[in-house]
Amino acid sequence: MTAINHHIPDALLAAYAAGSLPQPFALVVAAHISMCLDCRAAFDAHQAAGGVVLDNVGAEVLTDRLKSDTLALLDAPVKEKPSFARSGVYPGPIMEALKGKPPRWKSLGMGVRQSILQANDEGSVRLLYIPPNQAVPDHSHGGLELTLVLQGSFSDSGGSFGVGDLEVADQEVEHTPTAGAGAPCICIAATDAPLRFSTLIPRLLQPLFRI
Amino acid sequence: MLIASTHTNTIERPPAMGPQKDRLQVTQPSTEVSPQTTWMLAVRDGRDRAAFAALFDHFAPRLKGFIMRSGTGSAQAEEIVQDVMLTVWRKAGQFDPTRAQVSAWIYQIARNKQIDTFRKDHRPMPEELTREPDLEPDASQILAMEQEASRLKKALSMLKPKQREMIEQAYMGELSHQEISTQTGLPLGTIKSRIRLGLEKLRHDLKELR
Repeated sequence: MTAINHHIPDALLAAYAAGSLPQPFALVVAAHISMCLDCRAAFDAHQAAGGVVLDNVGAEVLTDRLKSDTLALLDAPVKEKPSFARSGVYPGPIMEALKGKPPRWKSLGMGVRQSILQANDEGSVRLLYIPPNQAVPDHSHGGLELTLVLQGSFSDSGGSFGVGDLEVADQEVEHTPTAGAGAPCICIAATDAPLRFSTLIPRLLQPLFRI
Repeated sequence: MLIASTHTNTIERPPAMGPQKDRLQVTQPSTEVSPQTTWMLAVRDGRDRAAFAALFDHFAPRLKGFIMRSGTGSAQAEEIVQDVMLTVWRKAGQFDPTRAQVSAWIYQIARNKQIDTFRKDHRPMPEELTREPDLEPDASQILAMEQEASRLKKALSMLKPKQREMIEQAYMGELSHQEISTQTGLPLGTIKSRIRLGLEKLRHDLKELR
């Protein structure tokens, strides 16, 4: 495994550990941590800080029966939620978002494909498949965008990104990512706002592509 | 440590690090694993109900306080507390004292339950690193981890009240991700290195077993 050079900024990791990150970003962060020991350690460190906060908080008196009720439930059967392991290039959290099935790709033209994992008011998160040396159709976006490489590589004005690398872009970054030579680039990208287009026709197409 | 973007770092920053460090060193490091960790390991490895009851007595009132702080009523808070404590029992196998003090592990479960309950949402979590159940826990590593956690606690207690409150708000999920904009002060570096060592050892052990 090649070394990961682009990590999760600490404030973003803190927000994730605190549970304050919208779902689309949280998925990308969870996927990166699954691939990166450094960020896993940093995530655990934020949990440790959260634990200290829990330690310090004022205790509240419990109602009498809570303890006995809880102890009585220890052996109650529970329906275990299925857990999802990594499959191919997709880490567990992405497999969970895919409900254990392979992605369903839709063509965006020029060999580029996407598979939308989630799109709502919180933002959107999708898988992108970009053939070698292909540039992604030019786009700009409203807010924060996180892109994590799962296979192959891409590069843009922000640098070169290989497997496990995370690119953090805000609205100031205008980027035209181009996939590297070799394997097709597969990445997961999350945004907190739908991508914006300035002209009328792409805006009409926007619901079609949901980008 | 977290600080909201609306506040200037320079004003909020804790006093000079020198004296703070000295004070930290005066604390006698404990040579015994904390009762909480001992109970948690007894639950994990021995399914020990008495140990679970002890954990309940320690953590359930704190969890209730933690959950009520963000505006949840007493009855609903207790439902969540019960859910968290039952998860502690069921998922005990995932607890790794070389990577987290008990309160850190329970904190994460509590935040997940709060998100499940209030956002009707499920927070995506990283893949679990499988811990080999037969591996003997290394007491010195557990101790080192606990010492880092108590250092962190001390560092938090020495901050200005306003700053401390902001950190509490952040970790209680009361600040948006835009508000959690920068990091300063609270020394997470050493605990991070400690955890990193634990993770590397885990990865090494898992490789050996393969």
